Amino acid sequence: MEQETASIKLSTPLTDQQISSLRAGAWVTLSGVVYAARDQAHRRLAALLEKGQPLPFDVQGAVIYYVGPTPPPPGRVIGSAGPTTAGRMDAFTPLLLKAGLKGTIGKGCRSRQVQEALVQYRAVHFSAMGGFGALLSRHIVDSRPIAYEDLGPEAVRRLVFRDFPAIVAYDCYGSSIYEQRSKG
Amino acid sequence: MRSIAFDSIVRTTADLCIQAAYELPEDISAAVRKALQTESSPRARLILQQLLENAAVAAHERIPICQDTGLTVVFAEAGSEVRIAAPPEKGSATLMDAIQEGAALACKEGLLRASVAAEPLNKRLNTNTNTPAFVHLSIVPGERLRLSVLLKGGGCENKSRFEMFNPTESPQTVCRWIVQTVQDAGPNACPPFVVGVGLGGDFEWCCLLSKKALLRPVGSTHPDPFYASLEETLLKDIHALGLGPQGLGGDTTALAVHIETAPCHIASLPAAVNIDCHAHRHKTAVL
Repeated sequence: MEQETASIKLSTPLTDQQISSLRAGAWVTLSGVVYAARDQAHRRLAALLEKGQPLPFDVQGAVIYYVGPTPPPPGRVIGSAGPTTAGRMDAFTPLLLKAGLKGTIGKGCRSRQVQEALVQYRAVHFSAMGGFGALLSRHIVDSRPIAYEDLGPEAVRRLVFRDFPAIVAYDCYGSSIYEQRSKG
Repeated sequence: MRSIAFDSIVRTTADLCIQAAYELPEDISAAVRKALQTESSPRARLILQQLLENAAVAAHERIPICQDTGLTVVFAEAGSEVRIAAPPEKGSATLMDAIQEGAALACKEGLLRASVAAEPLNKRLNTNTNTPAFVHLSIVPGERLRLSVLLKGGGCENKSRFEMFNPTESPQTVCRWIVQTVQDAGPNACPPFVVGVGLGGDFEWCCLLSKKALLRPVGSTHPDPFYASLEETLLKDIHALGLGPQGLGGDTTALAVHIETAPCHIASLPAAVNIDCHAHRHKTAVL
């Protein structure tokens, strides 16, 4: 996917240094392991954290992609795989950030609480292009379920990204691309 | 009476769902190409080009445009002279059964996402078939069966609104509320939108009108000049929001506003807004 400006290349896990360099509005490409999780998986992950139990993946420096992909046709690792609405995960995100999560990817706006938690725990939220699941799936080179397979499309999956395009929507300084736009 | 085979309704429903999931309709791609000519923001133009590129990849690789292949909403118009010929093993199976079977077949055969929770507030177990489909049946004169499928994503459906206004309320006030509803939908509902507006009817009829409005071809206008002019004004006001594609700024916030109207109670002015995302997946067949 072509971008309007040169993209910053990032690979996971994300470090504090990488995060400090990112400003809202910057285009990035992400490579490496990213975990897929959406609504029901978040409820379960949050319940584990509240009970002090370990998560089904290493959350330190991790990035979560809010996605429920379609099943892969033969010869492909994943079907269509664009972002779902990030705001539905707002209630759970601060808890995960506190545990060490460093990045989230979705579409649309985040709550004030998430924005503050991104500053407090030095993390970043990316927006990927909503409704572009066919195009974005080309940047996912591996996908396997690692937890909650009973949730079907909402299972937690370990994905491997290659140059997955996104924009920094909320940075670790409290700025948001959506607020920039409404001011402009 | 004219007989239509149960199995042909199953097949047609499945094909409509799969084609809708994989192929961006021509009315949307034409509207996007038109928007590209007037869009002033370079970022918005780039995103609109990617929208068309995404559609090309989906059609070429035979995968869904969007991973949210939606709830299957079917508007069925059955001619009064049509009878459904079910095979003996299906007994007294009806048109509704055929449509449900077709929607489930589409999920399996087309590798669409199973996006239906069996009930809303307890365990929310996935039905794993992407059914039930939501079917709106009407009986019309004749011996044809018309099936229109809309695959409705959750992100934009979540932004639907309904309001009961006083019957003396001005068109300006109602229009302000419609534009505000679109603004509140914002980046979350994947602009540029198709905005369906229902005015009149009663509570449930008004909501149904707002969904039915989405099925009108993009580029068409309401037959009544008063409502046609409201559609035009609303589209202009929605563009003035500056939300743009993906909510990242630009002139192209909606591709169309469609109003559908019905008579209503003298005490009421019901209004409903149902927003569809740019992956506006609809397909019709006549049997």
